[in-house]
Amino acid sequence: MQESLSKASPLSDPSRWAMRWSNFQRRYAPYIFISPFFILFLIFGLYPSLFSLYMSFQAWTPSDGWGRWKFVGLENYAFTLTDPMFWRSMWNTVWLGVFSGLPQHLIAIPLAFVIHMVLSRFKTFVTAVYFLPYITSSVAIALIFNTLFATHNGVINLVIAHLNTWPLLGALLPDQNINWFTSANIKYALAVVVVWQFTGWNTLLYLSAIQAIPKDLYEAAAVDGASRWQQFRYITLPLLRPMMFFAVSLTIIGNMQLFEQPFVLLNGGASAATPGGQTATMYMYRTAFEWLEMGTAASIAWILFVFIGILTYLNHLVFGRAARGGD
Amino acid sequence: MKKSSLGALLVRLGGYALLALGGVLTVAPFYFMFVFATHQRSEIFGFPPPLWFGEHFWSNYQILLEKIPFWRAYWNNLYLAIMVTVTSLFFSSLAGFGFAMYEFRWRERLFGVVLATLLVPAILNLIPFYLLIYQIGWINTPKALWVPGMASAVGIFMMRQYIVSAIPKELLDAARIDGCSEFQIYRRIVLPLIRPALGTLGLITFIGSWNRFADVNVIMRTQETKTLPVVLRTLQGATDVEWGAIMAGTALLVAPLLLVFALAARQLMEGLTSGAVKS
Repeated sequence: MQESLSKASPLSDPSRWAMRWSNFQRRYAPYIFISPFFILFLIFGLYPSLFSLYMSFQAWTPSDGWGRWKFVGLENYAFTLTDPMFWRSMWNTVWLGVFSGLPQHLIAIPLAFVIHMVLSRFKTFVTAVYFLPYITSSVAIALIFNTLFATHNGVINLVIAHLNTWPLLGALLPDQNINWFTSANIKYALAVVVVWQFTGWNTLLYLSAIQAIPKDLYEAAAVDGASRWQQFRYITLPLLRPMMFFAVSLTIIGNMQLFEQPFVLLNGGASAATPGGQTATMYMYRTAFEWLEMGTAASIAWILFVFIGILTYLNHLVFGRAARGGD
Repeated sequence: MKKSSLGALLVRLGGYALLALGGVLTVAPFYFMFVFATHQRSEIFGFPPPLWFGEHFWSNYQILLEKIPFWRAYWNNLYLAIMVTVTSLFFSSLAGFGFAMYEFRWRERLFGVVLATLLVPAILNLIPFYLLIYQIGWINTPKALWVPGMASAVGIFMMRQYIVSAIPKELLDAARIDGCSEFQIYRRIVLPLIRPALGTLGLITFIGSWNRFADVNVIMRTQETKTLPVVLRTLQGATDVEWGAIMAGTALLVAPLLLVFALAARQLMEGLTSGAVKS
């Protein structure tokens, strides 16, 4: 370090020009350093958003040629909001949001607690194993599950068939092979995929929050004769609230955007036969790139944006207060 | 006393059993991916399905080469990931340095804008982004995918946090007295000191780019320009889907990341959750 400093050009010629340059570059350096982000954001983030707002009031398909759009007022919005397929896809998205979101947290919280309680040396290793799906491409995951969910001799159906021979559990399971790719069943398959992919991520989040809880609290509770369950119920859970708020927020935002997993499990979304698995973002995608209605697609993006904004705000109202400690 | 220690032992064993079950469920799909990559389609969906490696990896690989420009797509993946990672490490750390070490007008507000961009759901930008790329004629050109990502909000946030905690401001004043310009301070003092954070951010950026799909899928319309996840997905559309070949390609897509993760799991997990834990 010392060496590299002395190599820097010393202020050999303290002429006025050099002084002025020195002050100038010092004053404007931070603006220059942060400017690339803002320039890129203006061009590739803000401008396209505003342009798509403009476009949502136009009718345009790429073959018309650039610039040849027609003002249609609120027609795109009216079309979207009265299209049964839009509401179907919104329902699917909300259904998936709940049934692929809730289990992640119901599994991750106890799992993180167990990891924290029973593991010491292998804690990082075990957490890393659970974390693996999170760093794996969603497309790869969906392709793998596509083979596992096969109706005939698919691994998942075979496991279910095997569990079917067990006492008690077997009574709960169907006797026949399940066709997971029907409109009615695809949702369940999607929920399994999403839960599998993101439970490890939430486990890691909750584990880091659990590790931040002071040990004295548990020790004091143990002295008072609190069982493990009581420690979990009365120390861990309440202190996890801020992390729950954060993790649930991420899940809501993520699940409302579900695209790649249904896109690949539904074979590119081309199958109109499975409206049960079409999410809102897939509906938006198909409007733009299958039916080539760019104006309508832009209106869908804006409707979804407002919808996610409202959901995030509601989450903030409901859990945000709890996260700050009130009851 | 005896009874409670027996109870504790049972709880512990139950915990191990639960963790083992979860571990098997987590690893199983990866295992089947590698196993299926070595089998033909007829074997994958035969009874019983293959549980151990077969002999058809090379024939699956040949099918891949035949049906898609596999290595071209692999290179596209790598090129995109490298360009995004290198440029975003530079511009994000530079901006993070600016936010961390200087007092200037509107600093807090501008940093607020950086954080606010994180709240916008990415996929909703798909249509606007496509329209822009179409407008400026960048469809089918790789720069459409890496130029917009040259400075990332996540990266700026991470770098700012790290620089604030790791570099004392006095160090910068000392360098100024020695005649360093502000950029030289970044280049010679800040950069060497933030290497660990650069490593973590680099890994996160690389992995994110490697797995990208939705935007690549709409911007890259020809087989030669598509990245691996996109081109693998096109194999699925055929009537006689070669699942063995698809699994072989998927395994080759996933394997490098598994390797990277094996080497740097702790660093990656800490980096990915650091923002969450601090906030």
